[in-house]
Amino acid sequence: MGISVEQVAKRFHTVQALKGISFHLEKQKIYGLLGRNGAGKSTLLNVMTTRIFPELGKVLIDEKDPFTQEEALSQVFLAGEQNCYPEGMRVREAFRWSKVFFPGFDADYAKRLGESFGLPEKTKIRSLSTGYASIFKLVTALSVNTPYVLLDEPVLGLDANHRELFYRLLLEKYAQHPFTVVISTHLIEEIASLLEEVLILKEGKLLCQEPVEELLSRGYTVSGNTCLVEQYVQGRQVLGTDQIGGLCSAYVLGAVDPESLPEGLELSRLDLQKLFIQMTS
Amino acid sequence: MAGIDFNSEKPIFQQLSEGLEDAILVGAFPEEAQIPSITEFSVQYKINPATALKGVNLLVEENVIYKKRGLGMFVAEGAVEKLRKKRRESFCGRFVCSMVQEAKRLGISEEELSQMVKKSYKEQSGSEPGKEG
Repeated sequence: MGISVEQVAKRFHTVQALKGISFHLEKQKIYGLLGRNGAGKSTLLNVMTTRIFPELGKVLIDEKDPFTQEEALSQVFLAGEQNCYPEGMRVREAFRWSKVFFPGFDADYAKRLGESFGLPEKTKIRSLSTGYASIFKLVTALSVNTPYVLLDEPVLGLDANHRELFYRLLLEKYAQHPFTVVISTHLIEEIASLLEEVLILKEGKLLCQEPVEELLSRGYTVSGNTCLVEQYVQGRQVLGTDQIGGLCSAYVLGAVDPESLPEGLELSRLDLQKLFIQMTS
Repeated sequence: MAGIDFNSEKPIFQQLSEGLEDAILVGAFPEEAQIPSITEFSVQYKINPATALKGVNLLVEENVIYKKRGLGMFVAEGAVEKLRKKRRESFCGRFVCSMVQEAKRLGISEEELSQMVKKSYKEQSGSEPGKEG
């Protein structure tokens, strides 16, 4: 069970967007899909939901091929870049139609969520602002009740209050009815604590798939006087450094040994965003 | 309970479990009282439920928290004593050694330091919630 992606490749004209990607997503986990612009995140999510045909490889949803078996496709909801509803449709009608495509769609819940975000029900989808267009998609995604929900840049255009509200609602929903969530985002710092596992894409390839806690425990940060830091990192594997004036922070791979830390140096955790930047630049 | 510091060197689950310990030690969650659910911790601190569970389970393993099926999680009888014992054992390493280290760095003598400790004890006498029982 779960979603399996096997050796998926996709080319757009001269651009090889996906270069043979394989991974498996388990049921009822929250995944982060991270990658820089153009890494292939959206293409991958679109292939997983049959909106784009892969050139090579296959996708299996609960061991079924969504390209040939419709019931497999109905297990997955993608809140993607493209709006799939007719543009002239109003929010309220769109919620009604969602029920037709996704029988598990909870219209009352969607209405309540919409109200908590202040989503205007009578507005046409095309007239929604960037933020409310995102909110409309999020509300739908949290109400469809499919076992797999894929969110492509879910908080695009949302203000800080609405992002916070969304994270809470997502966790509440997940706690009540666990489902598989895949979140692709650039706002890594905000979302890191929500994730159980991350997948990092780089130039169409899967760089790693690992539990966040394990990834972060692969290294640590030492900061302090530049000379001291430089001395300390001699012979250690350094991912990168940040320098400001006479102070330096080095991102070091390996196990921490606080005993061996010279006086004057401070130890802190690697953060996912910094690690991501170092791994993908 | 204090918030989670996402930049700390400590993993989140460990911070949660230590925060819970603090709350039990100060009596915010008395013995035999129910503690928040994994969902509540997860939503409150914006952390993955698996992380919250890992944090709480550290205390379940130490028999500080126990689970009642279908009812929730509760502070065990004797939890405060157990935690106090554990904290006492690590007290020297966690606080005293680093204090002495910093004192040395600043050129504070042993005599001066113990004066400060005495003074601080005096100032805080009577207001200490965790007095010897």
